[in-house]
Amino acid sequence: MTTASAQRELLASDAALSRFLRGLPGVDQVGAEARAAALATRSIKRDAKLWALDRAIRMTDLTTLEGADTPGKVRALCAKAVRPDPTDDTVPPAAAVCVYPDMVAVAVEHTRGTPVQVASVATAFPSGRASLDVKLADTKDAVAAGADEIDMVIDRGAFLAGRYSAVADEIVATKQACGDAHLKVILETGELATLDNVRRASWLAILAGADFIKTSTGKIAPASTRPVVLVMLEAVRDAEEIIERKVGVKAAGGIRDAKDAIRYLVLVHEIAGPAWLTPELFRFGASSLLNDLLMQRDKQRTGAYAGPDYYTID
Amino acid sequence: MTATNWQYAPAPESRDIVDLRSEYGLFIDGEFVEAQGGATFKTVNPATEEVLAAVSEAGAEDVDRAVAAARRAQTDVWGPMPGAERAKYLYRLARVIQERARELAVVETLDNGKPIKESRDVDVPTAAAHFFSYAGWADKLSHAGYGADPRPLGVAGQIIPWNFPLLMAAWKLAPALATGNTCVLKPAETTPLSALLLAEILQQIDLPPGVVNIVTGAGATGQALVDHAGVDKVAFTGSTSVGKQIQRALAGRPTRLTLELGGKAANIVFDDAPLDQAVEGIVNGIFFNQGHVCCAGSRLLVQESVLEPVMGHLKRRLGTLRVGDPLDKNTDLGAINSAEQLARITELTDSGVDQGAQRWQPECQLPDRGYWFAPTVFTGVSQSHRIAREEIFGPVLSVLTFRTPDEAVTKANNTPYGLSAGVWTDKGSRILWMAERLRAGVVWANTFNRFDPTSPFGGYKESGFGREGGRHGLGPYLAV
Repeated sequence: MTTASAQRELLASDAALSRFLRGLPGVDQVGAEARAAALATRSIKRDAKLWALDRAIRMTDLTTLEGADTPGKVRALCAKAVRPDPTDDTVPPAAAVCVYPDMVAVAVEHTRGTPVQVASVATAFPSGRASLDVKLADTKDAVAAGADEIDMVIDRGAFLAGRYSAVADEIVATKQACGDAHLKVILETGELATLDNVRRASWLAILAGADFIKTSTGKIAPASTRPVVLVMLEAVRDAEEIIERKVGVKAAGGIRDAKDAIRYLVLVHEIAGPAWLTPELFRFGASSLLNDLLMQRDKQRTGAYAGPDYYTID
Repeated sequence: MTATNWQYAPAPESRDIVDLRSEYGLFIDGEFVEAQGGATFKTVNPATEEVLAAVSEAGAEDVDRAVAAARRAQTDVWGPMPGAERAKYLYRLARVIQERARELAVVETLDNGKPIKESRDVDVPTAAAHFFSYAGWADKLSHAGYGADPRPLGVAGQIIPWNFPLLMAAWKLAPALATGNTCVLKPAETTPLSALLLAEILQQIDLPPGVVNIVTGAGATGQALVDHAGVDKVAFTGSTSVGKQIQRALAGRPTRLTLELGGKAANIVFDDAPLDQAVEGIVNGIFFNQGHVCCAGSRLLVQESVLEPVMGHLKRRLGTLRVGDPLDKNTDLGAINSAEQLARITELTDSGVDQGAQRWQPECQLPDRGYWFAPTVFTGVSQSHRIAREEIFGPVLSVLTFRTPDEAVTKANNTPYGLSAGVWTDKGSRILWMAERLRAGVVWANTFNRFDPTSPFGGYKESGFGREGGRHGLGPYLAV
């Protein structure tokens, strides 16, 4: 299988798609966890660390996905994303703010003229339990409000029931509804449970046209884990040979400190390769992570830690 | 925004934690003493060729003193001591190894050339684990399956190699001491320092004098130990050729013998293997410890139908191996232990090229000084090539193919060695089928080079006899 036509053929037939996904090499969980743990012992120091901290800031999708979100909260988040540290203009901006669809307009207004993108969750986030029409309307609504990126959820029920085509069809339809907006496909790996499933769901999303595959909604534990991201990175790496494009990976939820973020970047570097070390191809979905990145950045540059109150809580 | 080449900054482990002396004596009867002839040899850092220390070279008289001290200690102190009391010393030894782990790891890396991440994460913790495990046996020997009150043999002469100096010392000393034997240990001449640091630790824990004696030196010292009539048991880990010499020397004597010798292990990858993990297992199998591993997976047997993806993944993976300063925490592949070993690896790889196999090496920058060899993969290897038959003991992988499980077994077993093997498949029944047929002391399933103190280790055929580790490891030190 090499070309787009072969890809279309797979998506056209439930049987062909199932055969392909079940024919992928298995993942040995013990081995995958050992590999992730081994790469976590990489010691990233000095310039390499400073580079990683800046890069992690640029890769962060600053996120608020609460029932209690208000325009004021989103405004504050946008200000933080555009200028993470008001006292230091060498700090790069975050990649994006990530909000619910009804907050997209507010986010667009407060990020206009900046490099910060507006990402919106859609498709009945976080459960995805709605009809396709409702999911597509949700997506179109967010795109119409000006979202640059759409974070959709897959139908995990359909996936676990083995109805792979149903999952793929929804991704294809959502991709169409996105228009020019980038599509991130949330696999919700915490509900898929096995690494074999993570590999299959990754390939399924990639074949169906995802620009990014994303671990989690952040509403289910466990959210992002390094073995899961390892398997997803292997999928985008291997898929490039077939689909002839690079798909991004977003690790979302549970990444709270700079040390952990750097361990993820090591995975990206050594599994997918250096080409993936850009915000176009790797993102963190996080909120509290950003302040630790800022704090560690200052420590790296000045040799001393400032207190937590020197970093804004938004 | 484009990706830039993210270079990891150097992250060297500090040498300051180690206080190396410029000279080391022999450790006999609880004290460091000079060799009677005053002879010394130098031990170097293979990564830089820097001389680390001058070490006494034990002659036959020194070995005699050491064996006599061990005999006294065995008869008067260690043999009569209740097992529970011996256990206290062993637990204490294990704890101090843990406390001084960083120091031991740095010394091991300096003297051996192995990456600090391996000495830190494998050698030292596994050595401590071995003492902990056997400490637990010391008061339970009556329940180990060797009779109601199994007796120790007496004095054990133990000769260990340079590839895992501290860990091999632990493998030898722990079961011997737990069972009430005393020891004369001879470390390899290129890597004596961690054993000598261990001797300082034995002083620190107040181990009674003479229970462990350490005689440093080369082959002649080892021979003097083997030839000594006062030794009741010889345990040797090293090359098959030296193992054969030892067995010949002991013929007709009542001295017990265990040998853990060379290997040419097959790492067998079936078409349904978890591909990425299998590739990790291949890398770990042959590039762990620069391939200086007797159970290394030096022959890769790949099912022909998946040769292409396996080789593609493997070559890409090897491009990310970090070769260089062993003290750097990010180094994956360190220095070759000695000029002599480097010459042997070079000679054998040259023979691979001469006999028609295809050599492949990833791009990597080797340091100017020291002993280095780039990770090497040979494809198009036949069973009749020397690189498929002889133990290279270096970072060199020979890739062969097979078509059916029967052929995999036949090729895997078609070697004079039989130490270890690896099987990679998602099919549980096939793992068991293979394990029944592989003539190897250890068969790893979907993993490789995993060591645990409770798991017996040892060989078939010319890989030696006797088992180390676990309950099985007690037997060779008991008069049963």
